[in-house]
Amino acid sequence: MATDVRSRADVDLRPLPDEVDLEDDPDVRALDELAARRLRVALSLTAAMLVVYFGFILLIAFAKDFLAERVVSGLSVGMALGVFVILATWVLTWIYVRWANRVYEPEVARLRGVAP
Amino acid sequence: MILGAFTPGEANPVAIVFFVGFVGLALGITWWAARRTRTTEQFYAAGHSVTGFQNGLALSGDYMSAASFLGIAGLVALTGFDGLIYSIGFLVGWPIVLFLIAEPLRNLGRYTFADVVAYRMRQAPVRVAASIGTLSVVVFYLIAQMVGAGTLINLIFGLPYALSVLIVGIVMLTFLLLGGMIATTWVQIVKAVLLIGGATIMAFLVLLEFGLNPLELFRTAETENGGAVLEPGALVSGHWDAISLGLALMFGTAGLPHILMRFYTVPDAKAARASVNWATIFIGFFYLLTFVLGFGAMALVGQRPISAIDKGGNAAALLLAENVAGTPFFGFIAAVAFATILAVVAGLTLSGAAALSHDLWVNVVRHGEAPEREQLRVARIATFAMGALAIALGIALQGQNIAFMVGLAFAIAASANFPALLMSIYWRGFTTAGAVSSIVVGSVSALVLISISPTIMVDVLGREDALIGLKNPALISMPLAFATGILVSVLRPEREARRRFVEAERQIHLGAAVSPRRPAAAPARAR
Repeated sequence: MATDVRSRADVDLRPLPDEVDLEDDPDVRALDELAARRLRVALSLTAAMLVVYFGFILLIAFAKDFLAERVVSGLSVGMALGVFVILATWVLTWIYVRWANRVYEPEVARLRGVAP
Repeated sequence: MILGAFTPGEANPVAIVFFVGFVGLALGITWWAARRTRTTEQFYAAGHSVTGFQNGLALSGDYMSAASFLGIAGLVALTGFDGLIYSIGFLVGWPIVLFLIAEPLRNLGRYTFADVVAYRMRQAPVRVAASIGTLSVVVFYLIAQMVGAGTLINLIFGLPYALSVLIVGIVMLTFLLLGGMIATTWVQIVKAVLLIGGATIMAFLVLLEFGLNPLELFRTAETENGGAVLEPGALVSGHWDAISLGLALMFGTAGLPHILMRFYTVPDAKAARASVNWATIFIGFFYLLTFVLGFGAMALVGQRPISAIDKGGNAAALLLAENVAGTPFFGFIAAVAFATILAVVAGLTLSGAAALSHDLWVNVVRHGEAPEREQLRVARIATFAMGALAIALGIALQGQNIAFMVGLAFAIAASANFPALLMSIYWRGFTTAGAVSSIVVGSVSALVLISISPTIMVDVLGREDALIGLKNPALISMPLAFATGILVSVLRPEREARRRFVEAERQIHLGAAVSPRRPAAAPARAR
């Protein structure tokens, strides 16, 4: 997709002197890789959040009886799972922040140092 | 059951003292902030000088509206478990903001989310469309807040409705016009501390009555009101309704203009990350407290006295405060509720004003070349206009059923703003036409679907039946906005937008600190 648009562009629009540079530029490639890596982490964690929350919502929609059962007296499965969703929100947030500070930030710093 | 001195519609002296104290504090902050508000950068982004922790508190203060404090506590008190569905829904959008939006937004924009969508696109069409998305969310959210404010202040202080709306509007405009985002930030921080502190004390006092054992509290609520209060009930009835509401809450948060705008107040992406982390902790903690506060009100005050004062249960938290700690504490919580409203309407008004002045005036009318003095002047005029509009709408809509409006604001945010924002950040092939059509289709479809839904046709207009069964439109309108954006972009590729993706990517990850290496990268309007 990317190549076909670019090759068409070379014919019908004014030349872009930096276009060729960018393809071979190791900095740009490293940046692309970092961007892809961050997106992978972000999407996995988003997927995890979706599964947790919509799992909860689907149980409310389709399994009311199960949520009405008691874990112990005074605490229904639904309430316990509600607390679990809140805790999961914290844990997933924590995982991302930890990854970003330990892995992503040093990589950004490295690329920034390389970038002129 | 002691109901004490709280009589709806009658002024409570302690509440008035706290209320005047809070207004005084807000004006003090304003006086301090006014001397630090000399540029547009300071007016809209607090000069990027807010720390991650401070912004985390301010985000909590910006987000937790009176609806989520009084409304959810009341909903839990009256429906039990069903109310908790909302408190959980209002939290789960935050990780999405963190994973996908906050950091790129901080590095790519200046004052509005339109900055991000328009970054590699043609400015005018994208900014006009994004302003439509922003203003519709802001207006519906503001109406909900202002009408709620009038009703609440009328209930607590006994002031006439219209006067209550006017007071909120004038206090807000005073500190917005003079102190801009700096004053707003500190009002939101103070409010968040008061709200979380007050709720924590109240929850502790409630638990004290049950030997600090929440299970004992839930058991008492269950014995008094039947086992159903701990179980899913009728509030979320249709399967599709539950999923649609869930979608709106989860992705709407990532499209709320007043929340997105707060990320520009921190110095860099790392601080933006830290601020969502703190906000998630504070907001999650607060919503955990609503479990205790809601069931506490149910067990200690009782459902009947709560719904006798207000059918929606909005008085539950106030009655509970009085029940566990007497009139002074009630006065404190009432003032906190007022602070809550003030902080939220200020954030909303400022983000609406930024769309009017920064997006429409500076970047569309003046093609991005307005001098600094003019920008600041227009920013203040736009703020005044938004504030006046909020007051006018608040007074005009007295007594209307506006319960659906926050849900609608979230649905439009999830359908009009979130898809365009997400695709502009992550998809190389996204185009100007794709962004514009996605925003327009998202907002129009959300508005049309809600006006033919039971929410409007049955609840507001009182008809027997609605054209569609879905109460919240997000399940249809959000996928529709994504599909439109993708389809239009694929059918009509935009070479310039694709080419400048590399530059946007560099900006997203390496941030504004790195000088652009290619000449084309510097001005935003190289064509």
